[in-house]
Amino acid sequence: MSLDPLLLSRIQFAWVIGWHFLLPAFTVGLASFIAVLEGLHLATGREIYFRISTFWIRIFAVSFAMGVVSGIVMPFQLGTNWSRYSDAVSNVLSPLFAYEALVAFFLEAAFLGVLLFGRNLVPRWAHFFAALMVASGTLASTFWILATNSWMQTPAGYTMVDGRFMPQDWLQIIFSPSFPYRLAHTVDAVYITTGFVVGGVAAYYLLRERFVEEARTTLSMTLWLLTVLVPLQMFLGDQHGLNTLEHQPAKLAAIEAIWTTKSRVPLNLFAIPDEKSETDHYVISIPDLGSLILTHDPNGTVRGLKDFPADQRPPVAIPFFAFRIMVGIGLAMLALVAISWWLRWKGELFDERWFLRLCVLASPLGFIAVLAGWATTEVGRQPWTVYGLLRTADSVTPSLTGVDVALSLAGYSLVYILVFATGIALMLRIVRAGPAAADAEPEDEIESGRPRQPVRALPVGQAGSRT
Amino acid sequence: MTALVFDFVPIWTLILGVGVFLYVLLDGFDLGVGILYGFAPDRDARNLVMNSIAPIWDGNETWLVLGGVALLAAFPLAFAIILPAVYFPLLVMLLSLIFRGVAFEFRYRDAEHRTLWDHGFCYGSMLGAFAQGVVLGAFIEGFEIDGRHFAGSSIDCFTPFTFLTGVALVFGYALLGAGWLILKTEGPLQDWARRLGRFAFIGVLVAIAAVSLWTPLLQPSIASRWFSWPNVALFSPVPIATAVIAYWEWRSLNNRSEAAPFVGAILLFVMSYLGIAISMWPMIVPYKYTLWEAASSESTQAFLAVGTLFLLPVILMYTGWSYWVFRGKVRADIGYH
Repeated sequence: MSLDPLLLSRIQFAWVIGWHFLLPAFTVGLASFIAVLEGLHLATGREIYFRISTFWIRIFAVSFAMGVVSGIVMPFQLGTNWSRYSDAVSNVLSPLFAYEALVAFFLEAAFLGVLLFGRNLVPRWAHFFAALMVASGTLASTFWILATNSWMQTPAGYTMVDGRFMPQDWLQIIFSPSFPYRLAHTVDAVYITTGFVVGGVAAYYLLRERFVEEARTTLSMTLWLLTVLVPLQMFLGDQHGLNTLEHQPAKLAAIEAIWTTKSRVPLNLFAIPDEKSETDHYVISIPDLGSLILTHDPNGTVRGLKDFPADQRPPVAIPFFAFRIMVGIGLAMLALVAISWWLRWKGELFDERWFLRLCVLASPLGFIAVLAGWATTEVGRQPWTVYGLLRTADSVTPSLTGVDVALSLAGYSLVYILVFATGIALMLRIVRAGPAAADAEPEDEIESGRPRQPVRALPVGQAGSRT
Repeated sequence: MTALVFDFVPIWTLILGVGVFLYVLLDGFDLGVGILYGFAPDRDARNLVMNSIAPIWDGNETWLVLGGVALLAAFPLAFAIILPAVYFPLLVMLLSLIFRGVAFEFRYRDAEHRTLWDHGFCYGSMLGAFAQGVVLGAFIEGFEIDGRHFAGSSIDCFTPFTFLTGVALVFGYALLGAGWLILKTEGPLQDWARRLGRFAFIGVLVAIAAVSLWTPLLQPSIASRWFSWPNVALFSPVPIATAVIAYWEWRSLNNRSEAAPFVGAILLFVMSYLGIAISMWPMIVPYKYTLWEAASSESTQAFLAVGTLFLLPVILMYTGWSYWVFRGKVRADIGYH
């Protein structure tokens, strides 16, 4: 049996970053939501914002802790498994990684402590300020890590010296051609992801007629936000697509499973791409629509995969299907938001149970879409780590054996399954307990080992306020 | 590359040196608190012990990320050679840090499996510390290198010496943790921390002596660094000061002083760190590449130095503020839960 350290390292990287990515996808949006709630509470003095915020801070604490520990793993992966990549790109990319830590991580970490534990220790404005700093930190982190990722997709501002990238123009490196599109598309995506989770939880309470006041405020706020963000995402995704067509034509051809260069290409709704015979089977397509969407011109020409040497093409099936999953979810989200406008206009937003059930069902959709989008863009970048310049096969650490990586992958698999399964279960538990449990669940009662159930069953009104 | 206008290597050596030391110090004491946590007498004690670091551990661990990326940024050749060489210790460290990191939340939320997360917190802290010690030992022993790559095997780093440095760091962190707990607690819990602190101190003393004697035997260059004239006179204050600090630390662990044990433990770490720096200077990839040879391009170092020199003081300021918010003895009722 031969274990391939390259393949296993790729699986390991996909595994640890895939799980990690789910958390920022949630916490970036949630941090902003909490900052808004804290700000509203400070400005209006209305108790309800405080209750909603306190509730979401508890979920934030669990997800953020998981995000931190799974995030610490990431920079070390670059050294342990991708040392030749690190050696080649460090002169260009390392300041971007470092600025993420300096600007974002410390800010988040320092103010997180105050946000979680300092409510009674600092003035209210300082607590709001802490929430604001945590939210800013998560956004700064997004900025720098996407600048890094974008440079790997569309490298710029460098020169090659002895097979290594050397910086020439830092502005070009940070603002590489795909960066503005990727940043906008991703930030919108993570806000939408959070929006659907928060909205889904609110709908869940409305269905059960618990915490109705909190749930109504939350659902209404969320759907207003999504009203802006979901249509905006359609536009941003389209712009990002045009950018990919220009800078990463092979990736785009794989996403659309287009083999032959031509104008008036159809849009493949479904197909089974066959890399051996360089064709698609079982195609369901709409004539001319491909060119119209991809080039904004029904006569536009799109390059096919056959234009690229076989060893410079990405795998086709994964980007093709992952992209369709992402877009499909996007359209479903748009439909849900459109329904919400109609119900709001009728004044029945909180009453239609089928709509509330749809909201609950839709709550994990953002995560799936984010992962699908990520798979599209990262698998579509193959066979390169730095697009067109540095091969993934030339990036892996030379000293690793297959057994080494098999062992580490087994370790990451077991630990992540245990930790993430527990984390998700605990967040669901917090959701079931609901906002009122904020005060009905003091530490000593739990710590004394009393059963949780009666605590959870406390009526809403019994939960006092704590400012 | 044209003529050198300004040499950023000393600046980056200092930043990386300070950054890694702050990590060792800050996460050192909270990993140490995690190690001692396993010996806490009852649940109330465990709650207090954990609460003493709950608001700050995340920030402390951030210095590890900074250390990693600063090494990548300033001395990428060292990053690319050393990290593969310590593949398994880093794996163990990362998985341990995951366990202990989530334990803060999970232990409280997941009451049915509290014992599991209690153990995860304690053993995670212990194994994480041990793995870091193995990394340190492997660094001192040096690596098999071919050009710009590590050429040895992933298990080369497991030797008797690295086992010793692993154990040494567990005791060292435990001593820091005890110092922190003495500072943050009172009454019986503080007495308990003092007892464990004395135990850890003896381990530290033995470990420092053993590592100090063993290290020069490993590398002739280290022996001549310390024992050749005039170095022996120049560097003799290091072991002498260490001995004085050790005496003071032992006394303060036995009297009623609350801050001194923590300060003494920190000073012992400063001296050990200094000793290692003296032994290794100017190598960053031991016995192969100097700091200058492993450095990134001048443009890279300059671009990052500008921001770092501005941001680090800001970071220290607001980190200081967050410590200040949670100043004083730890209380049972702190918390957002």
